[in-house]
Amino acid sequence: MLKTLRQIRRTGIVSEPVPAPDDALRIRAALEGRILGILGRALAVRMVDAGSCNGCELEVNALTNPIYNIEGLGVHFVASPRHADLLLVSGPVTVAMREPLLRVYEATPDPKLVVAVGDCGCDGGIFGCGGPSLGAVANVIPVDVAVPGCPPNPNRLLAGILAALDPSAALDVGQESRGRAE
Amino acid sequence: MGLKDWLAVSVPFADDPAIRRLRVGAPEWRRLAEDVAASGGRLLALWGQDATAGHPAVFAAYQTAAGLWVGELRRDVPEAPDDSYPGLQDLYPFAGRLQRAIRDLHGLRSSDPDDRPWLRHPAAQAYEFVRVEGDGVHEIPVGPVHAGIIEPGHFRFSVVGEKVLRLEARLGYTHKGIERRFADFGALDGCRLAARVSGDSAVAFSWAYCIALEAQWRVAIPRRAQWLRALALELERIANHLGDLGALGNDAGFAFGLAQFSRLKERVLRATESTLGQRYPMDWVVPGGVAHELPGAAATALDRCLADVVAESGVLRGIYDEHAGVRDRFAGTGAIAPELAARLGLAGLAGRASGQAHDLRIDLRYPPYEELRPAICGALSGDVAARVAVRFDELQESCRLVRRILAGLPSGDSRVAILPPSSDGFGIGAVEGWRGPVLVALATAAGGRIRRCHPHDPSWQNWPALEHAVIDNIVPDFPLINKSFNLSYSGHDL
Ligand code: SF4
Repeated sequence: MLKTLRQIRRTGIVSEPVPAPDDALRIRAALEGRILGILGRALAVRMVDAGSCNGCELEVNALTNPIYNIEGLGVHFVASPRHADLLLVSGPVTVAMREPLLRVYEATPDPKLVVAVGDCGCDGGIFGCGGPSLGAVANVIPVDVAVPGCPPNPNRLLAGILAALDPSAALDVGQESRGRAE
Repeated sequence: MGLKDWLAVSVPFADDPAIRRLRVGAPEWRRLAEDVAASGGRLLALWGQDATAGHPAVFAAYQTAAGLWVGELRRDVPEAPDDSYPGLQDLYPFAGRLQRAIRDLHGLRSSDPDDRPWLRHPAAQAYEFVRVEGDGVHEIPVGPVHAGIIEPGHFRFSVVGEKVLRLEARLGYTHKGIERRFADFGALDGCRLAARVSGDSAVAFSWAYCIALEAQWRVAIPRRAQWLRALALELERIANHLGDLGALGNDAGFAFGLAQFSRLKERVLRATESTLGQRYPMDWVVPGGVAHELPGAAATALDRCLADVVAESGVLRGIYDEHAGVRDRFAGTGAIAPELAARLGLAGLAGRASGQAHDLRIDLRYPPYEELRPAICGALSGDVAARVAVRFDELQESCRLVRRILAGLPSGDSRVAILPPSSDGFGIGAVEGWRGPVLVALATAAGGRIRRCHPHDPSWQNWPALEHAVIDNIVPDFPLINKSFNLSYSGHDL
């Protein structure tokens, strides 16, 4: 126990400031401010791997490490689509994942946001579109923001998630988190 | 026949005496498999091809005491009355699913009885899981979408109370046609796709791909490039082991472990980015060598980072070892005894944790490992604790190797020009990735087109073993056991 506490003290707080939301990533018109009112400052995210190479999942996972500390921003990953405000979907969507993805989308309560992750989620990436690959996430469900990269690094992902929300409100969330960390 | 007799009828690949090719008929296909098994060898991969690659055929790659052997059975001259080739599932249990995949992808059928589709999911046809009958037995279906941030797959548990009687996995959800996709790439470009077969093993796959290509095109790689490839491969192993050690602590109810190890992993990823240009070195290994030279000061910073990782992971290992809760969840959970591991062909890290002392870096002594001489890490208890211990040991060993590489990097070029020859070629590359033996078989056409490429991930060997590991354990321990193997869906589903 003592060793554990010593290690925690030695480590200190390693979280870094959030990146600015990247509006260039927005591919669908901004949702009404009303949605933000509903979501408040606790955003529940459900990750769906619809056929990726698993590289994108590695970087999504990194969002939860103490350095990116996405939970500190009020964003947490949930185990069920029924609890989710936002779906993070990596691609390319495979034929076998089309139905499960549609079911997750339908099970997510309205209003909902979808962020497509990685080059593959954006347009099929290196795997293209054809045969068992259906390519972009947007080929199967509506997408609000698409974050390119192979894989996109955690800051890009974070910027994409924040861009899916109202940019000015997203900035508030970031500042609040920094204030608390000090 | 003994191995010596097979050796006499085999021919070397691209003048490499340690990699040999055997063209066989159906009876010899079976006999070769039997003789390799009897001599203590193991099956590394099994794949097929259809007329789009020239002629229909099935291939088996074996690791024998005499090196890597590839058996080829042509199927355009069917001699079996029912037109199936001899199945190998009784000798190598994991061959069953590979044979089902070959049937899905190329229409070639084996003589083994289970011919349910595997990679393909025909919409009109419900998958028939094996049913367990009995008093109080019920089924729990899980997936394909899971609760965490992981890949999709379906698991069907048959349980009594909390105890697991049987687990059957249904994979193939991430099947995106990778093998066919290779034909859209030139051979020089194909290593980018190889790196994305399983993103967590990008270096292993791209390196194996390049070995296969360079062998058939008769290109000699500079020593410095070999060392720089090993640098990336060991960094990949370090990053994955750090990630798993954290996740395993978390699954045992010790969130402190996740916070600590994911922080260390992030440090390694950043040092990797400063050195190799990418957090995950997807495009570091390229035909002819590596993508670029190391930037000036990066080596010192990377060395310092790894010195810290060695020290800190040592402290964390002590904490895991002394934590009664963690110890209790790890010990005896999800065990595979060495005898069972041998029968199942359990490979790589999980195999070494169950007494299977195989590591291609050591067994095949491919460059630069014949110079670097990695130590093999292993354990005998085959439980979660053993797979954790092997990760801790390999983490230390890989840090040592990277620091050794940084200190002794040979001078010279890190890349040579490489041009397609004017004839067809076929080559094999095998690399010990962090998860286990990765193999790439590559056939190119004159002018540098890809005729056929098959990437094999060791998850093929280990998925069936996971189903054994959970028997008699409780359902809530499944995530922990599953994580301790951390198998690839994408690398398996192709
Ligand atoms: S974008 Fe890159 S890392 Fe992400 S799934 Fe596609 S190939 Fe893998």
